[in-house]
Amino acid sequence: MNCCSEKPIISLEAGQKLCKEHFIEYFEAKVFKTIRQFDLIGKEENLGVAISGGKDSLTLLHILKKLSEQNPKIKLTAILINEGIEGYRNHTILIAQNFCDKNSLKLNSYSYEEEFGMPLDQMLNILEVKPCTICGIFRRYLLNKKSKELGFTKLATGHNLDDECQSILMNQFKNNIQASARLGPKVGLNDKDKNFVQRIKPLYLCTEKEVTTYAFLNGILDVFNECPNVVKSYRAQVRDMLNDFEAKFPGTKYSIINSFLQTLPGLKAAFTDAEVNFCKSCGEPAAKEKCNACKFADRLEKAKVAI
Amino acid sequence: MQISVFYDKENKEKTIEIGKNSSVKDLLANMKINPVTVIVSRDNNIITEDEKVNDNDKIRLISVISGG
Repeated sequence: MNCCSEKPIISLEAGQKLCKEHFIEYFEAKVFKTIRQFDLIGKEENLGVAISGGKDSLTLLHILKKLSEQNPKIKLTAILINEGIEGYRNHTILIAQNFCDKNSLKLNSYSYEEEFGMPLDQMLNILEVKPCTICGIFRRYLLNKKSKELGFTKLATGHNLDDECQSILMNQFKNNIQASARLGPKVGLNDKDKNFVQRIKPLYLCTEKEVTTYAFLNGILDVFNECPNVVKSYRAQVRDMLNDFEAKFPGTKYSIINSFLQTLPGLKAAFTDAEVNFCKSCGEPAAKEKCNACKFADRLEKAKVAI
Repeated sequence: MQISVFYDKENKEKTIEIGKNSSVKDLLANMKINPVTVIVSRDNNIITEDEKVNDNDKIRLISVISGG
């Protein structure tokens, strides 16, 4: 069913077809509803927005800027992590910087090279490790640490419905349900624990296709750019399988998210009682004596000495 | 019909031969591309899978998968 007499540009999973104007209205309403439904953003926030220069994070920043214009007590600051991936990250950093300049937003950039002594590419040359594993651990570590230093009340990320579905399935396939307890639209401990900056995902209920469509219509979409390490990842294989399933059975991704949201309170109750330790090297939250970032940093030091 | 297709993921333009009255859905099936993974534009306007394609159309396929 078409929304109006204008030409449709997208068919939603439920069968409705929307024109450009109605799609933009639908998308923004969905993001604002997600923010309200999961109580993601309060009336007064010093909100960090993690951006990469890709479509998801810039779409997020574009919409949050609208929100902050309507609510001046919500202050936005962008934060970017430069992993050091040749032929990929330099271009997206420029896009991110241009976007922030155009929108008068402050961008704080940090790099693996400055923080850990070398770019990711070099780390992968001297350590036998899956790229996304070490990259993810260092990125999360830096985002939390820098968010605290910058005094963010929360950190918003551009994770969309596809990202979350992939994570849920990956955790199922690897029998890692404890990791799923750390998923959801709002993650990290509550306000009582100042060592974690809560992370929020306002695009949680938007599919990757919807985000790309919105980015295209708003002139945010740049040329195709995929991390060269992604093709090797387990996530990429789960993503492709999920997309094949979605094509055959439309609505699969929404079903995964909706059923997950029903089980999430139980998962959180079962797994968040575990005591949080603090890394004896850096003081950041850790599951054991040392956090994973410091463990990898130690391995890098040893590998450097061995060269 | 001949359709010129630029797929950003591959960064190249291809000419696809397809039967009369074909739709975007048929074009994607011909190219073995999952419709969930792309948005399709013609003259810089997004079109849906039901839309008919015409002889000599210039189509751009935009991958929705990106980032890291």
